[in-house]
Formats: sequence, structure tokens, C-alpha cells
Amino acid sequence: MSAPLEEKVEQRTRPTLEELKERKARNRQRVSDNAEVMTISMGPHHPSTHGVFRMDLDLDGEVIVDVRPEVGNLHRGMEKLAESKTYHQIIPLTDRLHYVVSFSQNEGYCEAVEKLMGIEVPERAKYIRSMCHEMCRIANHIIWLGFLVMDLGAITFQQITFREREYIMDLWEMLTGARLTHSFARIGGVAKDIPDGFREKMAAALEVIPKRMAEYDRLIRNNRIFLARGKDVGIFTSEDCAAWRVTGPTLRAAGCPRDLRKDEPFAAYDQLDFNVCVEYEADVIARYVLRMNEIYESIKIIKQCLDEMPDGPVIAEDAFHVIPPKKDVLRSSAAMIQDFVQVFRGPQVPKGEVYKAVETSQGELAFYIVSDGSPKPQRLRITTPCFYHCQAMQPLLQGEMLADIVGIFCGVDVCLGSCDR
Amino acid sequence: MTQFIFLIIKAAIVFFFCVGLAAMLIWGERKYAGWMQSRLGPNYAGPMGVLQTFGDLAKLLRKEDVIPDTVDKPVFRAAPYLLWVPAALTMAVIPFGGMDAKIFGWRTDLVIANFDAGIVLFLAMGSLAVYGVVFAGWSSNSRWALIGALRSGAQMISYELSMGLSLVGVMILAGSMNLVQIVDYQSGAFWHWNFIPQLVGFVIFFIASIAELNRTPFDLPEAEQELVAGYMNEYTGMRWGIFMFSEYVNMIVMSAIMATLFFGGWRAPFESWNVIPGFLWLIAKMMGFIILYMWVRWSVPRYRYNQLMSLGWKILFPLALANLAVTALVVTVK
Repeated sequence: MSAPLEEKVEQRTRPTLEELKERKARNRQRVSDNAEVMTISMGPHHPSTHGVFRMDLDLDGEVIVDVRPEVGNLHRGMEKLAESKTYHQIIPLTDRLHYVVSFSQNEGYCEAVEKLMGIEVPERAKYIRSMCHEMCRIANHIIWLGFLVMDLGAITFQQITFREREYIMDLWEMLTGARLTHSFARIGGVAKDIPDGFREKMAAALEVIPKRMAEYDRLIRNNRIFLARGKDVGIFTSEDCAAWRVTGPTLRAAGCPRDLRKDEPFAAYDQLDFNVCVEYEADVIARYVLRMNEIYESIKIIKQCLDEMPDGPVIAEDAFHVIPPKKDVLRSSAAMIQDFVQVFRGPQVPKGEVYKAVETSQGELAFYIVSDGSPKPQRLRITTPCFYHCQAMQPLLQGEMLADIVGIFCGVDVCLGSCDR
Repeated sequence: MTQFIFLIIKAAIVFFFCVGLAAMLIWGERKYAGWMQSRLGPNYAGPMGVLQTFGDLAKLLRKEDVIPDTVDKPVFRAAPYLLWVPAALTMAVIPFGGMDAKIFGWRTDLVIANFDAGIVLFLAMGSLAVYGVVFAGWSSNSRWALIGALRSGAQMISYELSMGLSLVGVMILAGSMNLVQIVDYQSGAFWHWNFIPQLVGFVIFFIASIAELNRTPFDLPEAEQELVAGYMNEYTGMRWGIFMFSEYVNMIVMSAIMATLFFGGWRAPFESWNVIPGFLWLIAKMMGFIILYMWVRWSVPRYRYNQLMSLGWKILFPLALANLAVTALVVTVK
């Protein structure tokens, strides 16, 4: 009953781009030219919009003729807020973009700042970062699966996937002390080394999760209703993805093997051995299969990280940019002064602009920083995958049925906190 | 005169049985869902939370009855009752035990109405229920509710057809539409019951009954994830509570009908087990179906509208027709 890690969820057929376009066109044919349109407002308090997203739907019976997405209901002014904080103080803000993958966002921001400041991150910290990234990915994909199946009507599924996510949450608690918004990455490394007993707990979790995933896969793959609800629904070809800047699993499910972990390696990904999962059907089922395979791949990466992790410090020794480890602060006067300066004044930053993108579990998350040489950024621009996914709702949903909105919306993985910032 | 008093007493017992069981089922379903989802379910009010429904009832009764300005008020008010009164009426034709039974020295039939058009009454009352849903959705003057009502209208009418046809096999076998006579036809141990010759009919009836009850995988009229609450979007307080309640009354009726038509009604699976009173067997069988309904509800995703229609018209309907033809042929040849 337990699937070995190497055993992937089987691949489906491999249609060409033309075939995919044809399938999409077939869905679009549901829209007749002289449709009598009823406009209906979905959201912002609709339970299936995963936050406070609003769409104006033009419906012809059950068929969606047009969609006008509206974002910004959860706007918290994070980018503006960041301008009044030092580079260190912005890290907790990035947690709040998308609470399921807090670490990926911390890390993406820190990567950008490190690129700006030219800091070399210690090897051990890089491996810990990669490991945490994959923990985020597993947690997010598990939760995504639960929400997807729940949105298609099976509520129980969402409840039981939370049970598996709990393994990851417990590990977060052990590693960082927090379960949701852990602010674990620091400029120049990570906050703490991995604690005693962490490896064993991780090994136990990685033992259970693939077993449960194989179980869920049997549950879903043998369910004709799920297959009928997902097949050829929400087709988004690689061309569409490129045109609408849709990245991450949605792009890879359309047959394009773009993954920043391979293409522009960050953290320790250039030293790790892993595959980029690709699917070709570009529909909801393809996204599901892809994410399942990514969980297996993530488990492989975490095991590698733990095995190959070199010894050494977890934060760079750099007096001008880095908050020193707490245990040094209490023992050495130089570290204490460094800590004081970093906390009260902030890091010394060169003038310039920097753009850095990382691959989170949803897509490409990019930070663009403009520095005027002061300890606070002059401008911090956060480019989140979710914003582009929301934007792509119109081409995604046209011609689909009303019932498929939720499946498609959840299928591309949208978090409104991340979208509205 | 005594018979009339008996009738009143019997009706009152059946009515309160229905209402009480429905209240327990609301708790039961929540508990069942909790077990399936590896959580506890209601556990605060009373032992294992059995009083939860009564607490909820008290809360709903005390809530303000909000009726939006733009609704069609008389229809809006009437709709909840249209849903559950017909369902409860169907219980009149369900036999709970033998005819001319002796209870405390008095002789009476253990059925409220022993008349020849029992199945027709059930089908007619089932068709009336759709009015409740459509009226609720239409009078609410809300587009979400309207979509729910339209879906429900199409769905209930489509599945009613297969449902009615699947029962014709039973009528042919028993040679009667009277539920008392249908139960009599199934007298004997469980291999005499209708579900063996009419297995196809039973499966069709079960699937169609889920659609009639608006439960997953056919809960499109109130699809939580799509339509929020579908046709009952604008309802609050006890009016909403009645919708919730009627779902369970409907479930009781459906399972009672299934037990009566296909599983020998109040009869025990073996002749010698008839020492246990018939109504207990009926309730046991009903509970079996109700648990089956709950199991299905908390396990599977929901069909899309066009898939629902193609399942109803392209699979269930021809299958029911074929079942009818084969049954008729077999009975004639015999």
C-alpha cells in the first residue's frame, strides 16, 4: 500500500499545443453569440474565493460568458509600509503575504537584499533554506489538494489533509518556535540552526506523508466524479501562461519545464539533485498530478539537504549587514555593538536597484528593491504569482461552467493576501 | 369513533417520531461527519452532544426573522413549509407493522392510511417538494438563490422520472400500488424481498433519491462552494432551520420508502426473528439507509450541472426503462 518514493503518479497522455487549443476552443463554444447575460457578483465574502476576491460574472445560464476580476479588497499597503522600516524589520511583513508559505517569502526577500548588499551566505544556511523551502512546498501542496477537492464538493478531504500538514507544522514549531508566520530567514542566513531531535522527527514525517499521499491518490484517481470534474476543465496552455505571466505549477502542468530552482538557482538548489516535474494536459487533473509529484520530489530534496548539510555557521559574519546570533550578543562586546547598530540603525546598504525572483510553491515570487543608501528601502516592489493568477481568471474561466469556477480558481492556487499585499 | 381516535393517535405518534428522529439525525450527521473527518463533532451539550440540535433550535427560534424588502413576501414565507409538509404526509402510507394488530387489548392496523394508491401518493408528494425549493429561490429575489432554484427544478424533475420508473418493477411484481400489499408480497425470509429481483431498480431508486434529497454528489441546488447556500440564501433564523429540518424529514421518508418497497418493510430477515416487533425492524432498516446517505455525502465530490443531466437522462432513465421491460417480460412469461 505504501508507494516507494521513486514511484511517481503515472503520467497521462501528451497532447500537442494545437490539441490543447482545440480542447479549449471546444469549451469556449459553449458561449453563444447572442447570449442573454445575467451579471452576478461573486465575492468578496463568497466562501470559495479563498479570501476576499471579487469577480463580476456574466452568466448565460450556467455558462460563463465573461469575467471581470477585481482585486485589492485585502490591500494592506505592505509596499508602502516597507519604506518606513529598516531592511531587517521588513522580514516579518513578508510572512503575511501568504501564511502557508511564510518561509519562501522571507527567503525570497532576504535573497534580494543579499544580492543588493553582496553578502555571501554560509553553506549550511543555504541547505537549511532549501530544506525549509521544500517544507513550505509540501505543506502548501497538501493544503491545496484538500481545498481543491473540497471546492469540488468533498468536504471531508480538506479536513483530513490538514492532518498531514500538521506534521509539517509541528516541524516548523520545533525549528522556529512558530507555526504559521515564523520569520525564520535572516539577511545573511537563517535565525537558528536545526535543533536536536529535528532530523528524527523529520524522518518520521517524511515516512508518513508519502504513504498518506499514495492513499489519497488512490481515493482521487478512482473517483469518477473527480476525474469528470477535472478533465479538460480550465485548460491554460503554455502560450496563455506566457501571455498572462502565469508561473509555477500551472505553467509546468502546461508542459513548460520552467522552474527557478533549476533555471536561476538560489539557496542550495545548484548543489541538489532533483527533477523538475512536468505535465502536459494543462487542466485541473494535470495540476493535481503535477503537485503530487512535486511533493515526492520535495521529500527527496529534504532528505538530501539533511544528509549533505555541511557544518558551520548558519548566518554570515558580516558586521555591516547582519544581525549576529543571539548567543554571541550576550557574550562578546563586538557582537553586542553590531546587534545594537543593526537593530536601531539598520544595515549599511549601497545605492542601487536589485531584482530577485525565487520559486515558491505557487509560482515566481520576485522582489525589486530600490536603495538610496539609507537603512530603509526607497521602494520595495513585491511581485507575487497570485496577482497574475487572479488576473488570468478572465481567459481561464470563459466558456467554463459556473460550478467549475471554484475548481479552476483553487486549481491555479490563489492566495488573496499575497495578491493584494 | 374508536377507529377515528386511533387514527389521530397513530398520526400523532408517527409525526412526533419523524420530528424527533429528524432532530436526532441532525446531531447524528454532525457526529458522523466528525468521525469521518477525524474530529469530535458536537460534544458539549448533553452526553456526546445529543442536545446540540435542541440548543440550535432554541437559538434559531430566538433569532430575528429577517425578511428582505424586495422579496415576494407570501411566497417567501410559505416556501419552507411546502418543502417539509408533503414529505411528512408520505409517512401516512408507510406500514409500521401487521394489519389488525393487537395493542393493549385494542385491535388496529399499524398504518395510518391503508389505501391503494400509496406509491402514487409518495410520488405526488415528492413532486410537490420541488415547489418549495423553486418558490424559495424565486421569491428571494437574489441571483444566487435563483440559480439554485433553477438547478433544483431541472434536477428534481429529471430524476423523478427515473425514480418513478424504477418503482414500476416493484408494482408489477406485487401486482399492487398499496404499500401494505407490497409488504405482504415480500413476506418470508430476506430472500423473498424485492431487492433481489429488483436490484437494478433499487440502485436506480437509491441514486435518484439522493438527487431528490439534494445531497452530495447531487447537491447542486445548495452547493456550498459554488452558490453559498443556493435557494435558501436569503433565509435566516427558524425559516432557514425549517429548510435544514425538512432535509432530514425527507431523508427519513426516503429511507422508509426504500425499506418498505425493496427490503420487506417491517418484516424480519428471518421468520423466527419476528418476535422482535415489526416497527423496530423498519427503523433499523431506515437507519441503515440513512447511514448510507451520510456515508455518501461525506465521501464524494459533486457533479457538475451538465454531468448530472447526462447521468440522469443518458444512464439512469434508459436503465430504468430496460429494467421495467425485463421485469414485465419475466412476469408475463411466468
